Amino acid sequence: MIQFSFHKKLKAVGGEMRLQLDCEIKKGQLLALYGESGAGKTSVLRMLAGLMTPDKGQIEVNGKIWLDSRENINLKPQLRKTGFVFQDYALFPNMTVRENLEFGLDKSQEASTVNDLIEIIELGDLQHRKPATLSGGQQQRTALARALVRQPELLLLDEPLSALDHAMRVKLQDYILQVHRQFNLTTILVSHEISEVFKMSDYMMELVHGKVIRQGTPLELFSGNNLPEDQFKMVGDVVKVEQINGQYFVQVLVGNQIVDVPANNLSDTDIKVGDRVVVGTEILNGRVSKID
Amino acid sequence: MIEWDPIILTFELALVTTVLLLLISIPLAYWLSRSEKKMKPVIETLVSMPLVLPPTVLGFYLLIAFSPNNAFGKMLLDTFDLRLIFSFEGLVVASVIYSLPFMVHPIQAGLSNLPSSLTEAAYVLGKSKRTTLFKVLLPNIKPNLLTGIVLTFAHTIGEFGVVLMIGGNIPGKTKVASIAVYDEVEALNYGVANAYSLFLFAVSFLILLTVYLVNGGYLKRYWR
Repeated sequence: MIQFSFHKKLKAVGGEMRLQLDCEIKKGQLLALYGESGAGKTSVLRMLAGLMTPDKGQIEVNGKIWLDSRENINLKPQLRKTGFVFQDYALFPNMTVRENLEFGLDKSQEASTVNDLIEIIELGDLQHRKPATLSGGQQQRTALARALVRQPELLLLDEPLSALDHAMRVKLQDYILQVHRQFNLTTILVSHEISEVFKMSDYMMELVHGKVIRQGTPLELFSGNNLPEDQFKMVGDVVKVEQINGQYFVQVLVGNQIVDVPANNLSDTDIKVGDRVVVGTEILNGRVSKID
Repeated sequence: MIEWDPIILTFELALVTTVLLLLISIPLAYWLSRSEKKMKPVIETLVSMPLVLPPTVLGFYLLIAFSPNNAFGKMLLDTFDLRLIFSFEGLVVASVIYSLPFMVHPIQAGLSNLPSSLTEAAYVLGKSKRTTLFKVLLPNIKPNLLTGIVLTFAHTIGEFGVVLMIGGNIPGKTKVASIAVYDEVEALNYGVANAYSLFLFAVSFLILLTVYLVNGGYLKRYWR
């Protein structure tokens, strides 16, 4: 069980921002922090890792106190067992993939930990290469493997997939989910991609300007209440709205597919291009066929 | 005839100065690249002063400070048996101060330009500041270290004013090549002066050329 609460004044683009957050995560959960950039998501990860100190706050991880501003306890980043995947991956350019992983070993740890991770994350062919010669996805996998070397109690992922193309993104989401389950990790993922949050997280918190405005499972938050009886739900971005004979038609980008939806429930144009929407349908006539 | 003593002495001085400055500048540059203290600009200014100050000014104050007639110089002589005027040791101390910016600036620039996430990644992996500095930061600023080492070496070879002020012109002890040139010109031995000068010119050219070849990646491209 991991509990934390933070208060911190941050200097943001639009002036000062108060970050305020209370949170509880069960072991093995994957929590997503969702929100626009500048909402304070990364700062939350940095405070958990000890790279930033909140004005007031507590962190308790599996019974151990990492931070308590009232008692003046504030463990250094070195003493907190976190794995951190940075947005720019922060791989050490002077070391090979293998050396990057080995650098993370504690003195008491066996060198075989690195071998295991190289095998699980399929870095065998890349292990003697320097980060500069790797593709974005390969660098991301290396960063993920390195973050796992110390067997962290908390894995922190800071928009880990934002620099990758769609296909690579999907593949790496699967990798992250696989290691998350295999190592029974407790993970916090920062993302501004709703599809990613949907796919990956058990629980999500939406941050707006430093405050949690809602939380719950992704399905509850983004679809549950509005369209209760629908059997089929998709989240996407509106790319086109048109009105033909009084009937609205909306084109929605879901993942990398465009979906045409006759929007029977719309009576006026409160939906515009760029909005994020939930598409719900009742499937009366579903057809599913396999693609060879 | 050309004597080798001044040339050997020049290289000895440059080598000792470079080694000492490397040891001093790494912690100093690291502190300057991290610190947000109020006194940081003052320290930065002091480090940069030798760039703009006439060498004679620096030499003059060092001469006053190191003189056994004054408190500091007397203290050095009494407690460490160290006499810093008209001695090789004095030249080393003066050179270290005089070449300080040439070593500190490239290292500081290198450290400041590294993304802070590298340091943070190492901390999160449980590594101390020291391990991070030596295993992560310094290996990734090798071109800057090379620039600092070579510039310091070359700059010390080219020293004149400071050396003359506090070292004088004692053969085999403080008479370095640049002083020897001056000395020979005074004695109207233009041939010998030319020999020393040509030598200094060639050495400085080669040293600087090496830096540009290595840091510009020209050598790597050529050897591949």
